[in-house]
Amino acid sequence: MTRLPRFAVVDYGAGNLVSIDQALSRVGADVVVARDPAGLTGAAALVVPGVGAAAPAMDRLRAAGLVEPIRNWIAAGRPYLGICLGLQLLFDGSDEDGAETLGVVPGRTTRLVDAPTLPHIGWNQVERTRDHDLFDGIAPDADFYFVHSYAGAAQDEAAVLARTTHGSSFVSAVARDNVLGVQFHPERSGADGLRLLANVVELVGSGALAASAAGSAAAPVSAAR
Amino acid sequence: MLRRRVIPCLDVANGRVVKGTRFVDLVDEGDPPELAERYAAEGADELVFLDISAAPEGRGTLLDIVERTARRAFIPLTVGGGVRSVDDMRDVLRAGADKVSLNTAAVADPELIRACAGRFGRQAVVVAIDARRLTTDKAGWEVVVKGGREATELEAVAWAERAVALGAGELLVTSMDRDGTRSGFDTELLRAIADRVEVPVIASGGAAGPADFVAAVREGQADAVLAASIFHRRIHSIGAVKQAMAAAGLPVRLVPEAAA
Repeated sequence: MTRLPRFAVVDYGAGNLVSIDQALSRVGADVVVARDPAGLTGAAALVVPGVGAAAPAMDRLRAAGLVEPIRNWIAAGRPYLGICLGLQLLFDGSDEDGAETLGVVPGRTTRLVDAPTLPHIGWNQVERTRDHDLFDGIAPDADFYFVHSYAGAAQDEAAVLARTTHGSSFVSAVARDNVLGVQFHPERSGADGLRLLANVVELVGSGALAASAAGSAAAPVSAAR
Repeated sequence: MLRRRVIPCLDVANGRVVKGTRFVDLVDEGDPPELAERYAAEGADELVFLDISAAPEGRGTLLDIVERTARRAFIPLTVGGGVRSVDDMRDVLRAGADKVSLNTAAVADPELIRACAGRFGRQAVVVAIDARRLTTDKAGWEVVVKGGREATELEAVAWAERAVALGAGELLVTSMDRDGTRSGFDTELLRAIADRVEVPVIASGGAAGPADFVAAVREGQADAVLAASIFHRRIHSIGAVKQAMAAAGLPVRLVPEAAA
């Protein structure tokens, strides 16, 4: 039996990890909760969840000594999955409170404009702008569960994987090299959400995410396998 | 486009799902995790889980049941009943809830809403309002607390606005007059509140059939519709309700019925 890929779910006090732990375990990941840099040891992938505002989240990540390790993790081309706030943190900064965030994907997190209700709570359609294995086996018009008032406005459309409309259109999924991010909550999106997480586990387990990282630098590694 | 949600409600007393009429005459309806899994498979968009047992020792039971329920249903779970502090909320979220519903405790101490939203984000804070139509010559609705046992001085629409200003991310509005009566939602109450707040409003109390769900959204301007007994007793399936909503032109999430 092959070893299950280990997913470190970062706990920085920004949300409920139970459902993410349960969902990832259900689709074949070995889940560990990481509260400090040592918690990342031995992990094949990093999951950053979270809800709420960016500034307190960055403060808590900093207090846990996790900001630099997460930056280094991403820079090293290792698999990262951001969920909700974990996606927003990938951008340069947030208009919610002026927080500077990780700056991995060019763009900012802005308040949803023209939204009929705020927060945007409930199931909404995730319209894909290009193909990616993240959505393998999931119907093109599938709905996922959202809970947020702010979302990413990407400057680099190449990083955008899907958009969703609530009043106006916002970025609901990104993929760039080893980095994946979703604004919705796959762990609470029923069968389609579990399938998406299973796809992530598959991508991590097969080395596909890490191998595509850092462009040509990673090519010899994948060729050697 | 954002879908209108259909939400089965599990009223839990002493570890079992129960349902009454106008908050009394409780009848046993089943095991919470079992019902939760069934509803998730049938296309429920969320679950609301309300601990209505007055017994203080119910707390431990509740957390255990929340955990067992969260493990079996991969859809959002809101838990309410007896949450009186930020620490209570933390415990319920740790057990696997995504949101917490505040009712009596928020009326007693409105600052609790602000404290909970400040700690966990407003999206995790649902304020539940039980409202009863004023029978005197005054128009409007009064807020009732303690499971319908105690009237307050609060007017429901004003309280709804204040709750949102304090940090409620959603409002769960129950018409006590209609609860369990299967006589339709109080769409005037819903509309009065939805017109005044930006956050989603969940309609509750009075569902009899699919037409009531359509009315709650159309006339009541509700974003989500909650019901209990019609689903527990299999009078209507979640799928049938959603089909009717879709036929009426409302955006809903249709899922293929799982083989039972």
